[in-house]
Amino acid sequence: MSERVVAAIDQGTTSTRCLLFNRAGRMLAVAQREHRQHYPRPGRVEHDVEEIWRNVASIVPAALRRAGLRPENIAALGIANQRETTVVWDRHTGLPLARAITWQDTRTDGIVARLTAAGHGELFSSVCGLAPATYFAGPRLRWLLDNVPGARAGAERGDVLFGTMETWLIWRLTGGPDGGVHVTDVTNASRTMMMDIRTREWSPKLLAALDVPERMLPRIRSNSEVYGTCTAVLPGVPVAGALGDQQAALVGQTCFAPGEAKCTYGTGAFLLMNTGTRMAESTHGLIPTMGYVLGDDAPVYALEGSIAMTGSLVQWFRDSLGLIDTAPQIETLALTVPDNGGCYIVPAFSGLYAPRWHPDARGVMVGLTSYIDKGHLARAVLEATGWQTREVVDAMNADSGLPVTRLKVDGGMTANHLLMQFLADVLDVPVERPLGSEAVSLGAAYAAGLAVGHWSNLETLRANWHRAAAWEPAMDPGLRRREHANWGRAVDRSYDWVEPS
Amino acid sequence: MPGTIQSIERAAAALRLLANTGRPLALAELSAALDLPRPTAHGILRTLREVGFVDQDPSSSLYSVGAGLGSLSTPGWDRHDLRSRSMNWADALAGGTGCAVFVGVPDGRVVSLVHHVFRPDGSPQRLRTNETVPMHATALGKCLLAFAPLVTPAARDLDLHRYTGRTATTPAALESQLVVARRRGCATGFAEYTPGVGGAAVPLRGAGGLAVGALAISGPVEHLFGSGGVARARLVDQLTAAAREISVTLGHS
Repeated sequence: MSERVVAAIDQGTTSTRCLLFNRAGRMLAVAQREHRQHYPRPGRVEHDVEEIWRNVASIVPAALRRAGLRPENIAALGIANQRETTVVWDRHTGLPLARAITWQDTRTDGIVARLTAAGHGELFSSVCGLAPATYFAGPRLRWLLDNVPGARAGAERGDVLFGTMETWLIWRLTGGPDGGVHVTDVTNASRTMMMDIRTREWSPKLLAALDVPERMLPRIRSNSEVYGTCTAVLPGVPVAGALGDQQAALVGQTCFAPGEAKCTYGTGAFLLMNTGTRMAESTHGLIPTMGYVLGDDAPVYALEGSIAMTGSLVQWFRDSLGLIDTAPQIETLALTVPDNGGCYIVPAFSGLYAPRWHPDARGVMVGLTSYIDKGHLARAVLEATGWQTREVVDAMNADSGLPVTRLKVDGGMTANHLLMQFLADVLDVPVERPLGSEAVSLGAAYAAGLAVGHWSNLETLRANWHRAAAWEPAMDPGLRRREHANWGRAVDRSYDWVEPS
Repeated sequence: MPGTIQSIERAAAALRLLANTGRPLALAELSAALDLPRPTAHGILRTLREVGFVDQDPSSSLYSVGAGLGSLSTPGWDRHDLRSRSMNWADALAGGTGCAVFVGVPDGRVVSLVHHVFRPDGSPQRLRTNETVPMHATALGKCLLAFAPLVTPAARDLDLHRYTGRTATTPAALESQLVVARRRGCATGFAEYTPGVGGAAVPLRGAGGLAVGALAISGPVEHLFGSGGVARARLVDQLTAAAREISVTLGHS
């Protein structure tokens, strides 16, 4: 059988995976390998990109073996990746100059503070849509140029290249030092603080403010086009799709119409809403970002709201409090009581993210009485994810003018049906889970397959989306209002806990 | 009275030692404390590790009491752990068969639905997680009766209510269906609970092969069954393969 399939590489924070999808969007095989997390100092998190490249070279053939397929069966390769992770390497040797600085790393707080102090905050917000923050790639590149011996001189000579993870992998796959293609996808570029979000080109003003030589930057390309042909790992296969992981999930969930939104629930949660071909400014604490650009089609923008702690709060409940043995058992524990008993947990463990952005907040647990037992705490843990999502959705509705009318969800926490029902209850819209939880990889595969004509159009992809479960809102409106007000009062109590040092 | 089995006595002693010492132990310490040659002690510990009663740290090679021992007293898998471990394979099964997928566990005299994946055909469907269905009239229930006899009631103790003209309403009729299910390794339900709707179910097995739940596909009888009322082999093969994969995640070797 010579079935044509599309391969996706999901280069994630803890592991790299290769998945193969057939034309119906069904996963045929998966292979995965974790890579080491390097923590050289508090606040620093690094990855060895050589190790990640070796992992790619081993998992792709492994996935093919599992499916009984050969490189000739692969119509195209797409890449999803961990977005703001930053790497620099030598174009002649192919070797990185340092380990990659990952998106969780906060070493650039000094650079960001100086940009803001120098009065550049407004420039960045108006050109790239982002206020300077340690979250984004540009300041990391600046840090590498300032701190890695030879980096700046090499970059100015044209010997040192910059990229995010998809840039690195595409360059390696298409030949590396021997003719490798140096490109980045527009969604990752939109999160560097270096790209003009309206023209989708590198902004000379922002590069000057960051003091980054343009020579080292990759060309910005759409998310769905043939960047080049693999000479390694999948010889002859076109690399034809690349997106940041959350944008990939937006495509994988087929959120192709303005107002359609998806939320991926993992360690944290990322809610993205398609805002159409115009960029929605945010006055409510969301990040305007590229949604996707398919070849020569008009660009599609998105609003993004990130929640720091969702699954990680359940992990804390399991590992630090020891009240459950496994994460799924929080549902069992929560079902031992009918409601939260008046208890609320605000998980501002490292401040509050979207839409409130209070770095000086810390976690609180309020409403404790002798009545509260661990079942109520389990409820409060799950409800925190529900209410944090509600706040992001409220901000989306206000910023986009496109009310969310249903929410597509994916990620591990969708196994928790109590949480999904609560989510539908507090959002007052239906919550839907698609068949197959691999929205990120599927989105990368879709982008690549569209570019080579494996799929003809977006309607074909929509037809591949099947509802695996749906939760309808069932909460009394009065109760919803009271609980929402209680949550708000609980959040108020988390503010201003960290004293300025 | 026949004599005791020496290797079981030695295994019990090894477990007592690990449980009471309060720290992980090396093979040398265990063989010395049990007064056994090292190869003998190693064989006992390796077997205990295989069944999940002992853990061995991969880097230090030290032995400690395993999680499987703690779960001995619990009646089975936590239903939400079971759902979490079933989820990916249940989705793939629904996608491959075009059927709805359920995971069920015994709950007294009924089956409690732990997981439900919609039939991927765009039709309106309602999530049925945490609902219950009768044992005698569904593939899930008959699968549990056939393969998990210790945690399900006897056929004669069930209320054999007639839901459709096809429901088995006597213990003898039900028993004969269970015999067929055991022979085929798969229980089926042919419009016995809801007219027009059928199902096929196979056991999910944990450590030691114990049935801890059942995995079912469900859909219109004409979709599931071929001529002669036999479940289509293509569907049953996928169901069996998915159950095998889920069982591996539940500790079944």
